[in-house]
Amino acid sequence: MRKLALIASIALPMLGGTAMAQETVKIGYIDPLSGGGASVGEGGLKTFQFLAEELNAKGGILGKKVEIVPLDNKTNPQESLIQAQKAIDSGVRYLTQGNGSSVAGALTDFVTKYNERNPGKEVLYFNYAAVDPVLTNEKCSFYHFRWDASSDIKMEALTNYMKTTPSIKKVYLINQDYSFGQSVRTQARAMLKTKRADVEIVGDELHPLLKITDFAPYIAKIKASGADSVVTGNWGQDIALLLKAAADAGLKVNWYTYYAGGAGGPTAIKQTGLNHQVFQITEGFANIDHKTSADFEKTFRAKVNLSLWYPRAVNEMRMFAAAAEKAKSLEPVKVAQALEDAKFEVFNGGDGVMRKDDHQFFQPIYISSFGERTEKEPFDEENTGWGWKLAAKVDTKDTMLPTTCKMERP
Amino acid sequence: MLELIVISTLNGILFGMLLFLMASGLTVIFSMLGVLNFAHASFYMLGAFFGFQISRWFGFWPALIIAPLLAGGLGALVERFGLRQVHKNGHVAELLFTFGLAFAIEEIVQIIWGKSPVDFRVPPLLDFPAFTIFSTNYPAFKMFMLLVSVIIFIGLLLVLKRTRIGLIVQAALTHPHMVGHLGHNVGRIFMLVFGVGTALAAVAGVIAGPALVTQSNMAGLLGPILFVVVVVGGLGSLPGAFIASLLIGLIQTFAVSMDGSLAGAFGPLSPDYAATWLSDIWNVTIAQIAPIMPYLLLVLILIFRPMGLLGTRDT
Repeated sequence: MRKLALIASIALPMLGGTAMAQETVKIGYIDPLSGGGASVGEGGLKTFQFLAEELNAKGGILGKKVEIVPLDNKTNPQESLIQAQKAIDSGVRYLTQGNGSSVAGALTDFVTKYNERNPGKEVLYFNYAAVDPVLTNEKCSFYHFRWDASSDIKMEALTNYMKTTPSIKKVYLINQDYSFGQSVRTQARAMLKTKRADVEIVGDELHPLLKITDFAPYIAKIKASGADSVVTGNWGQDIALLLKAAADAGLKVNWYTYYAGGAGGPTAIKQTGLNHQVFQITEGFANIDHKTSADFEKTFRAKVNLSLWYPRAVNEMRMFAAAAEKAKSLEPVKVAQALEDAKFEVFNGGDGVMRKDDHQFFQPIYISSFGERTEKEPFDEENTGWGWKLAAKVDTKDTMLPTTCKMERP
Repeated sequence: MLELIVISTLNGILFGMLLFLMASGLTVIFSMLGVLNFAHASFYMLGAFFGFQISRWFGFWPALIIAPLLAGGLGALVERFGLRQVHKNGHVAELLFTFGLAFAIEEIVQIIWGKSPVDFRVPPLLDFPAFTIFSTNYPAFKMFMLLVSVIIFIGLLLVLKRTRIGLIVQAALTHPHMVGHLGHNVGRIFMLVFGVGTALAAVAGVIAGPALVTQSNMAGLLGPILFVVVVVGGLGSLPGAFIASLLIGLIQTFAVSMDGSLAGAFGPLSPDYAATWLSDIWNVTIAQIAPIMPYLLLVLILIFRPMGLLGTRDT
């Protein structure tokens, strides 16, 4: 009798555990929750948690509750793989990650290999922000989907915009020293050369990723180079500190950035006093004249106390839900097949499509500048009073770049 | 070119002085207690966050006084009720204690203020360019940082050289047991030194917070360099720490402004090697390796002069 009780006491919670696991869809969120990337990683986590709650309020996905499992990778590829394995061991079949293409490269390899070795137990990797073009070209994988525009798409749009600004004569490139930063610099060089041969590149800097505390020496160098514009793919504290040092030194240049809107960026821009001289390229921002996204932004800010940095995360979660409903299954391979060529009305309005060839999502891209607002820009950032204003919009069809991906399908 | 040199020198000295504010306390604590205080940079962070919070309530100037006092008081308490209890179990235990403390402080700061950077602004009184040199502004706040560091350096020197307590501290640096035998209350001196040392780190935090970014990983970013300063300068040597701080500040700043690489010096690498590891080494610029320069210096010093530049004891 006692033996039976013992077996039951061990077995029952296990049964309970599996029963519980089947009632939720777990998404492993692997991103920095400590260290230099923590400020953006934490913002991302809050965004995904908000989105999961939104889905759950509408009954979840196929009647199952969505749960975000936070996993701290310290922006470190090795740590990310440990966290991914940990997540998979605890029953997670969907991973999402964004910060750091070095991490993304390691994760996509890991997921692909894992799926080859464990047929029937596949895991999908949803990438919401790692924009290294390699991920949807040479290193593309059936199990990887990217919702952010790749760095090449962004640079294409950014240089097209720079082409229309004749005042740009001398450009300085400053980027983080890893795969993504290097791809930004080479693309910027190549595209500026073809589109604006008269532009001189007066500096090309790579600095360590998320390790610099004071950018004043770099700013002095930019100043000495005589540049009138700076192009940078910096993110996290690297963009905030860079802009802050520029503010202190009174560096008056135009900034063409990928991520100036992240944590600390807007505050630093306000300090520089560069009114509408800092540009950002994104798939959306708060002040787009679009009713549903503006309403969402309002609720989001009231609840999370942050601006929505990742409209693409909204697209990701909503498309995931739609694909699962379409496949009538939460089996990752079926969801992946449903996602291929899926069309979707994106968060900020307009058409989006997940291209089957490389699993890159195409969507309208916006260039916006940061500065004083008019009544057309209701939202400010970080309580600075300044907000993002539309400078240019690129339609979905104009963002379609070719891919070299040769997808291997299961 | 001249512009770059002048600005880099100013930036280098400023960074060096900031390092010195922290390293001075660390080196004295290190040589008196024989313990590398891993949590030292955490007090720098605490200083920044206390400064942020107090300047929210009462303004920046009270914060500049109150935050270091608070952090210093906390430091003294840590020594009295933490380190001194752990001391009985030997140096390894002490080391682990400070190591754990650093994590604990970081976690507590994250719980209270979150992981995102807080909005710690330069006080309006100092928010203007002090002077313009070759069209580059030099912020008044940075000059103020420089001024505070210099004043503290001179004050520290006077206290150590001209006062009775300074003499005892100096004696305790080299002969802690002898000082104890002479009837001085070594325990109280330790507590005082720990308190003052952490308060100095907190001063650095309050003045660096608005200039850099105040967030919970700021201790981790500066911590390792502090140990380099202490080892390079020489154990327990304040002038050594001063020289090492300036040296590291200048090396790091100037390295960033240099674009030289092996390819630049000897011409491009033969295409045969373009795809090998050699091309990475060949093309890397001095600017790119700037952040590891201090650690390179650390390794060289440990090999060729283990007691440090001005040190008298072997580490």
